[in-house]
Amino acid sequence: MFGLANPDRFMRFTRPLTPVLWALAAGLLAVGVWLSFVAPEDYQQGDTVRIMFVHVPAASVGLMIYAALGVSSFFALVFRHPLADAAARAAALPGAAYTLLALVTGSLWGKPMWGAWWAWGDARLMSVLILFLFYVGYMALRASIDDEQKAARAAAVLGLVGLINLPIVKFSVDWWNTLHQPASLVRMGGPSMSDAFLAPLLTMMGAYGALFLALWVTAIRSEISRRRVMALRARKALEA
Amino acid sequence: MRALLVLWRRELALAWSGGGGPLLACGFFLCLTTLIPLAAGGDPAALKPVAGGIAWVALAVSSILSLERLFERDLEDGALDLIALGLAPLELVVIAKAKAQWLAVGAPLALVAPLAAITLGLPPMLAPLVGLTALIGGLGFALTGALGAALALGSKRGGLLIAVVVLPLFIPPVVFGAGALERAASGLSPAPAGAFLVAWVLFAAVVAPFAGAAAIRNAQG
Amino acid sequence: MLTVSSLTLSRGERILFRDLNLTLASGEAVVLTGANGAGKTSLLRAVAGFIRPDAGAIAFADADPGEARARHLHWLGHLDGLKGARRARDELAFQARWQGADADGIAAAIALLALAPLLDLEVRQLSAGQRRRLAFARLVAAPRPIWLLDEPFSPLDARWREAIGLLMRSHLDRGGAVLAAVHDPLPIAARAVDLGAGR
Repeated sequence: MFGLANPDRFMRFTRPLTPVLWALAAGLLAVGVWLSFVAPEDYQQGDTVRIMFVHVPAASVGLMIYAALGVSSFFALVFRHPLADAAARAAALPGAAYTLLALVTGSLWGKPMWGAWWAWGDARLMSVLILFLFYVGYMALRASIDDEQKAARAAAVLGLVGLINLPIVKFSVDWWNTLHQPASLVRMGGPSMSDAFLAPLLTMMGAYGALFLALWVTAIRSEISRRRVMALRARKALEA
Repeated sequence: MRALLVLWRRELALAWSGGGGPLLACGFFLCLTTLIPLAAGGDPAALKPVAGGIAWVALAVSSILSLERLFERDLEDGALDLIALGLAPLELVVIAKAKAQWLAVGAPLALVAPLAAITLGLPPMLAPLVGLTALIGGLGFALTGALGAALALGSKRGGLLIAVVVLPLFIPPVVFGAGALERAASGLSPAPAGAFLVAWVLFAAVVAPFAGAAAIRNAQG
Repeated sequence: MLTVSSLTLSRGERILFRDLNLTLASGEAVVLTGANGAGKTSLLRAVAGFIRPDAGAIAFADADPGEARARHLHWLGHLDGLKGARRARDELAFQARWQGADADGIAAAIALLALAPLLDLEVRQLSAGQRRRLAFARLVAAPRPIWLLDEPFSPLDARWREAIGLLMRSHLDRGGAVLAAVHDPLPIAARAVDLGAGR
């Protein structure tokens, strides 16, 4: 992995990779959507169970992206890995988008069940909300500091702190749930996952993951290009 | 360490004198604990179960008030450069500042919180528990808040940014603190929740100095 | 005492200088000259450890950089670092003690800089020149070998420039060193290093 630290090598390595990732994402997405429609109705939830195929993968991938953001932040901080900061920054918006998608679809999915647009007692939905807040804080911090290098480093600290804190916050919400278990709350995801559900779920997860990777690599590449342009300009100005 | 003592005393003096001292935090806290029942209809039966929760939310938010001042003033007038070249490392400076913040804001809030909680409907015999948990939580708020203040150094929207960054991190103490009060109000032991609260404060005491010092060095540039 | 080798420093996207070499020996004073934006302040801040250089090394004799910055450096920048609402006496005590001064050192500094009549005033009541003298006091009160000065004289009148020049002189005589960024000449003999035209 450290071999890719060199921006040139990264660019060369990812040049053929990027279109492949996009194609993979498109393909998996198509298959996943088809499988979602083809899957049988859930005996309890009827057709609305299909929202699960959007919601669950979005939540899972949103979490994985935050882990990627945290790890990138770690490398940016400790090893001052040149690409690590670009990676962390590029991960933030897609991660937040997936998490928001999970929240919205979670609410839509829950409405028929709960009779309300939101249920504070659903542990997973709460965790997704908190994850979204972490993303918002990260992006807000990054956007609020003018100096790019300083913003990057401060964000890296927050990314790492966030990653460390996430399990603790999740634990506190789960514990809160044990105190306030609301009566008769249907657990999201249904009583059991039959194989028919597993296929579309995993495919959509793969699709989201591939889509994120495609976005991520593309964003990092454009960040590298941007920095090269800036460096060239600076060098020209120095020589002028 | 002699030097840290001098810093700490100065921080306390600064916190108690200029704006942002205990009066401000307590005033804000009382405003919140007044506003919420007014907004919610004031029915004691409705407020009683959430009395502890309201108090803790108000504590968390009130603790954020004077955080912006913690490092920003030193950055502005050049004192931060001097502080960075002192005998004590920045990590200890963060702890010293957080402790001063705790004494200036957290402790006064811990004194006022029991009163507010009782007016919201919590049984009066729980007042000491409210004060104790608020005091412990206040230390955690100060430490994590100091981290947020350090991260937001040099940014355009200090106070608000600190709040957005720090409030998600405040979820555990609010949950544990309010949970402890609720358990006690139901006759159960608040000890497990209290233990979690203490554990979280210890965790914050480890993370905040290192992350805060890194953020300060970054901002100094 | 201080060796700067092949230092490359940039601020944002702008490269200030490349491969700069500089040495500072005991008893020596070096002035950094150059136009605005040439990097004088940045170089001082890099030595102080506030900025990380892009390339090159900053080494201190007899100590690693961390310890040197904690114990062997004095920094006096544009800003005084004094809090307006506090009494001069308290701010001086804090600044001096933070750098390891003891009561005798502080008393000596008060005497040398004629600060006695100012001590009971609040910092915001002092003039700019008086504040500068107050800020300078910690350099005298706490003995540290290397002085990093960024425009140290700006608010001071000629009389005080000369007086502080004498303090610098005695600091150098005791084996200390001074690295300063100035526009006007220092009141003591110093070697000049030019950082260029800047932008």
